[in-house]
Amino acid sequence: MDVQIALMLAQDGLTNGAIYALLALALVLVFAVTRVIFIPQGEFVAYGALTLAMLQGGSMPATAWLLAGMGALVALIDGATALRNGQTQKLAGVLGWNVGYPLGLVALLTLLPVKDLPLVAQVVLALAVVVPMGPLLYRLVFQPIASAPVLILLIVSVAVHVAMVGMGLLFFGAEGQRTPAFSDANFEVGPLMVSGQTVWVLMASLVLILALYQFFERTLYGKALRATAINRNGARLMGISPALAGKLTFFVAALIGALSGVLIAPITTIYYDTGFLIGLKGFVAAIIGGLASYPLAAVGAVLVGLLESFSSFWASAFKDVIVFTLIIPVLMWRSLTTRHVEEEE
Amino acid sequence: MKFKHLAVSLLIGALFAGTSHAQVKIGVVSSSTGPIAMVGIPQKNTVPLMPTKAGGQSIRYIPLDDGSDPTASVVAIKKLISEENVDAIIGPSGSPNAMGAIQFIAEAGVPLLAPVGTASVVLPMNEQKKWVFKTTQNDGLIASALLEHMAKTGVKTVGFIGTADPYGENWGKVFAEGAAKKGIRIVADERFQRQDTSVTAQALKVIAARPDAVLIAAPGSPAVLPQLALVDRGYKGKFYQTHGAALPDFLKLGGKKVEGTILAASLMLVLDQVPDSHPSKKIAKGYMAAYEKTYGVTPATFGGNMYDAGLLLEKAIPLALAKGKPGTPEFRSALRDALEQTRELAATQGVYNMTPADHSGFDDRGRELITVSNGTWTLLK
Repeated sequence: MDVQIALMLAQDGLTNGAIYALLALALVLVFAVTRVIFIPQGEFVAYGALTLAMLQGGSMPATAWLLAGMGALVALIDGATALRNGQTQKLAGVLGWNVGYPLGLVALLTLLPVKDLPLVAQVVLALAVVVPMGPLLYRLVFQPIASAPVLILLIVSVAVHVAMVGMGLLFFGAEGQRTPAFSDANFEVGPLMVSGQTVWVLMASLVLILALYQFFERTLYGKALRATAINRNGARLMGISPALAGKLTFFVAALIGALSGVLIAPITTIYYDTGFLIGLKGFVAAIIGGLASYPLAAVGAVLVGLLESFSSFWASAFKDVIVFTLIIPVLMWRSLTTRHVEEEE
Repeated sequence: MKFKHLAVSLLIGALFAGTSHAQVKIGVVSSSTGPIAMVGIPQKNTVPLMPTKAGGQSIRYIPLDDGSDPTASVVAIKKLISEENVDAIIGPSGSPNAMGAIQFIAEAGVPLLAPVGTASVVLPMNEQKKWVFKTTQNDGLIASALLEHMAKTGVKTVGFIGTADPYGENWGKVFAEGAAKKGIRIVADERFQRQDTSVTAQALKVIAARPDAVLIAAPGSPAVLPQLALVDRGYKGKFYQTHGAALPDFLKLGGKKVEGTILAASLMLVLDQVPDSHPSKKIAKGYMAAYEKTYGVTPATFGGNMYDAGLLLEKAIPLALAKGKPGTPEFRSALRDALEQTRELAATQGVYNMTPADHSGFDDRGRELITVSNGTWTLLK
């Protein structure tokens, strides 16, 4: 192994690590605010990538119908509650967002010549289809059991994962998809060929991480989420709605997931169930951060990416074994160094 | 209320039990969901197209899905044997799934027609595996065609990239054995997973070893990823693929970058270019037309493997009927004997000649050398 190969491996590891970092951040965020270990995070990666691929193939993505279905369910539940409480003025908003938006989107997708639109517009449309599923998912599945123990939330999370993978197979079929690269440019950096897409992934991850930082530091909503993460009851007493915090969190998580999917779709073949493994590696990174620290999780993600890349070079048959075994020493180190606090009953 | 339900289901059960004597029951286990759904879906779709009558008896197929899970395959097979009392089973779709099932079908004495890739289900032949028949070309048959081509075109060193599953492992083994005989050296031996987001590291290692050609062994569209990684990193040598890559999505995903790839597979890919004298041409054409009419897409060869199992049974059932009634151990045993005596049966994948030692039964007519030229499969002359 010479320097050039090491550099190429490092580049490959960093690219994957950047995606794992994004997912790890989303996992930490979701856990901090809602105590849900969000197993379906990876599914948003696959949904985002495959929805984009379907748009580019010129067909109506089946995920749009899923969105409409979820919206209709939420409208039914929230609408009924509003009627029962006599809050008729709320009804318009509920219907507009949950029924109007998906149907409008479907109409837009039917009317626009989606196939011939520039890539940026296709990406925006794909995100517009997939991302709202996050808050809808929270409303339908996790909001009714928001105060349940972590274990129950985890089990429900696994159930959602299984359901989403199953629907993914139904929507996208068993075969994999690739999307065209954002740019075909290649840069020569010293002895290294860096593809444009790699630069895109790294830059987009960096920008997204900075944007998240700004969001949490500067905006009222970001601060509300942080407050909820630190002390749920305290935040509630200060007038922060836990339901809103949950929906907002899931919105951010879905956005990160779908965007990651769109970013890596040109680099690799995405299958309906690819997301799970990517999400799991993000989860390893999040564990390194103790499901609490964002910077540690990001560092862990880069570590996972590099470890994965170098171990595929030396012992490709044991790559995943090596990556997932990393979790054992990390857990030991964490449990030995931190004071254990019994949080659950 | 519960009693009523029970009574009704018992009644229905009794009705079915009453009629079941008149027909041959074939269990079908396929993986139409889960990681190997791309193999299982065309197989499941093929079931309604298979023969429904043989020797004056109607054939009833009982399809089950195992979700690509080997444990679920065994459960499904046990259920078919104990609850449905089937006469034969076709499936499962995956190699590990089939390996796990052998013990149970041998115990119950039910013939299993396995449309799976790995030759380990029928080789080496033993008391248990004699109940298994395999409707795909053995890896060795395909490998020898590729090796002959390599030797002829002066390839001396080969890099191997396979999936880290029984398919890739068995190919690695079979290919290494064959290569040693031809004096071809394997200079790199790498593994990857279907869902990997990057195979750059493996590609770099292969390139560093500077092989004349690279063989990629992966079932289905994952076969594309290592090839693209190698091309992107500037590898200029020749590419060989296995029959696992023989499906339309390989061309769709690979585009221009898979141009010139060489693989050996059944004639289904290049049907129009095969001479009319090939005994399989008419049958494969009929099957593909029927599949296209029903589903609107061309079937992957995996579906053809399933269809062939139906044809084998269609031929064997009349012989077995002479020795026993469907649903009895005598019939199943006679069915196994009849399957073993299959001679010169032309089917979609080639021509079957079963012997007690060879339960796959293909010869050279079961493989064609194919290359990718101008974005389509082309018969290599």
